[in-house]
Amino acid sequence: MIGIPSAVNVAALKDTTLLNMAIFGLFVAVTMVIVFRASRNNKTAADYYAAGRSFSGSQNGTAIAGDYLSAASFLGITGAIAINGYDGFMYSIGFLVAWLVALLLVAELLRNTGKYTMADVLSFRLKQRPVRIAAAISTLAVCFFYLLAQMAGAGSLISLLLGISDWGGQALVIIVVGALMIMYVLIGGMKGTTWVQIIKAILLIAGAGVMTLWVLSIYGFNLSNLLGAAVETANNPNVLNPGLQYGKSETSKLDFMSLGLALVLGTAALPHVLMRFYTVPTAKEARKSVVWSIWLIGLFYLFTLVLGYGAAALVGADTIKSAPGGVNSAAPLLAFHLGGPLLLGFISAVAFATILAVVAGLTITAAASFAHDIYASVISKGKADADTEVKVARRTVVVIGVMAIVGGIFANGQNVAFLVALAFAVAASANLPTIVYSLFWRKFTTQGAVWSMYGGLGSAIILIIFSPVVSGGATSMIKDANFAIFPLSNPGIVSIPLAFFLGWLGTVLDKQREDTAKQAEMEVRSLTGVGAEKATNH
Amino acid sequence: MGNDAQTTDTAESVDFKEVQSTERFQELRKRHRSFVFPMAVAFLLWYFAYVLLADYAVGFMSTKVWGNINIGLILGLLQFVSTFAITGWYVSYSNRKLDPIAAEIRQGIEGHEFDKAGNPVSGAVK
Repeated sequence: MIGIPSAVNVAALKDTTLLNMAIFGLFVAVTMVIVFRASRNNKTAADYYAAGRSFSGSQNGTAIAGDYLSAASFLGITGAIAINGYDGFMYSIGFLVAWLVALLLVAELLRNTGKYTMADVLSFRLKQRPVRIAAAISTLAVCFFYLLAQMAGAGSLISLLLGISDWGGQALVIIVVGALMIMYVLIGGMKGTTWVQIIKAILLIAGAGVMTLWVLSIYGFNLSNLLGAAVETANNPNVLNPGLQYGKSETSKLDFMSLGLALVLGTAALPHVLMRFYTVPTAKEARKSVVWSIWLIGLFYLFTLVLGYGAAALVGADTIKSAPGGVNSAAPLLAFHLGGPLLLGFISAVAFATILAVVAGLTITAAASFAHDIYASVISKGKADADTEVKVARRTVVVIGVMAIVGGIFANGQNVAFLVALAFAVAASANLPTIVYSLFWRKFTTQGAVWSMYGGLGSAIILIIFSPVVSGGATSMIKDANFAIFPLSNPGIVSIPLAFFLGWLGTVLDKQREDTAKQAEMEVRSLTGVGAEKATNH
Repeated sequence: MGNDAQTTDTAESVDFKEVQSTERFQELRKRHRSFVFPMAVAFLLWYFAYVLLADYAVGFMSTKVWGNINIGLILGLLQFVSTFAITGWYVSYSNRKLDPIAAEIRQGIEGHEFDKAGNPVSGAVK
């Protein structure tokens, strides 16, 4: 058995700053060239939002994995397992199983009926204006929560790598990251963003794979030995058992249920994941891309189990917690322990790239939703031409980019996986009931959709505001006040069933009937692909 | 060049209510739903059973089976296995039972020929 490992010298990390920056700079340079080349063919709105629907299933599947495996998956889950043991593993399982909802119930049907955004599908057979506005608002809200989490991850990483704990220095680096992201999206549109995600997914999965093999080789490729070493370092056999974080009280057990519910129902309702299904030419390619991404994502989450326990065994929970960046620093610290400055530099560059790519994907989704759903369909009532719409989308990118930078500067060191789980809860509450009802329930009406979306979105956000996440606890965003009247950190267990109920109630109380011809069209199109948007040819 | 407008051309000339009521379409819908609904219920039940066990049956989940590997870890890894298995099952079911009918109906409406991948064969447009 390996004894207590020599503590990672956090101060020594500073010496590697230049190397980290060089590796990261190389990644930025290479991807910029690709983005420039990809952007040459960006002519129409379909090109800008949906990459001309020209990606193959496997390319898109890799890009989905790149979009989905955010800082939450890499930094957040590894940290959660390193510190809370088995309870952190729950994130991996929930994030993966959730893909079955997307595969079985949503991906292909959505590809067949929509054009650019989630609202296209939701408003297909309902009244355009109210449903589009509601869907766009919830898209913007989910993207904002998700952006906040990514920027919190960027902050953690920066403070660890540069040893910067002063506010101004961190802010400066976040501004640089944000500005880069705006450039990718402005120049490259969906095609450029997709290529950045493909490259990043390959780097991330390969990097995590190398670290996993490395950790396993230390323990003779015996998982049981690794777990034993984690127990020894933590000096607590319970790191292998459920309940270390969530088993403390009845309330925290309920919180675990709530988290589990939000994770499994959130994925298929994330606007930036849904939008990716439009970048392929057919529903069959959409199916292929989901299958491809399930394999990649599943593989990656198996790696996180080894990385998390590896960090627990080799670095130790106490070192991780006291390092700058806290719980999110487990993966970089493990890389430093294994391969010294070079591996740390590579892994940090990959983590930066991860954040950059996910933020770009979120930004283009939010911009498309604003330009296509609110500007083109509501403000100018469908009279705006495609060029103006893309122009509005580009301006929105800048606005959202600036918002993300400001949010990132103020985001604190909460676990990134935890913050993303909140975005999942908001998405599952606001979007999933309406997606499922409008695809599968013939009688569903506009009133049901509007009640469900606003009810789900509103209840999720209000419950988060009055939860221990925002106030009253040691790790809350506002530590000095206490208005946490809702005891759970994750609102899903209340807001998701409520949104499903409101969708049903709004529909049965609705005196107006929806157009049955539209319902027939949506059903036939969703299952057969008749009249689905085709790839653009150049 | 881009072709945003082309898609609605076919759509507007079709009586979708009539297509919806045809036997072939009803068959496609039945085949789709009779697979995805039970499967969705099954994996959600299995997932929540796992979450409940991890939440309220800590003793059981902590039972060591082999070395330091306990039941909780094995059940967690089985969630991965079942996810991969259901994915493969669905793909094979779609390829065999759903895609041929969907292509047939689409062909009837659009007057296109489709290859096995569901892409319109060039030159076959009526």
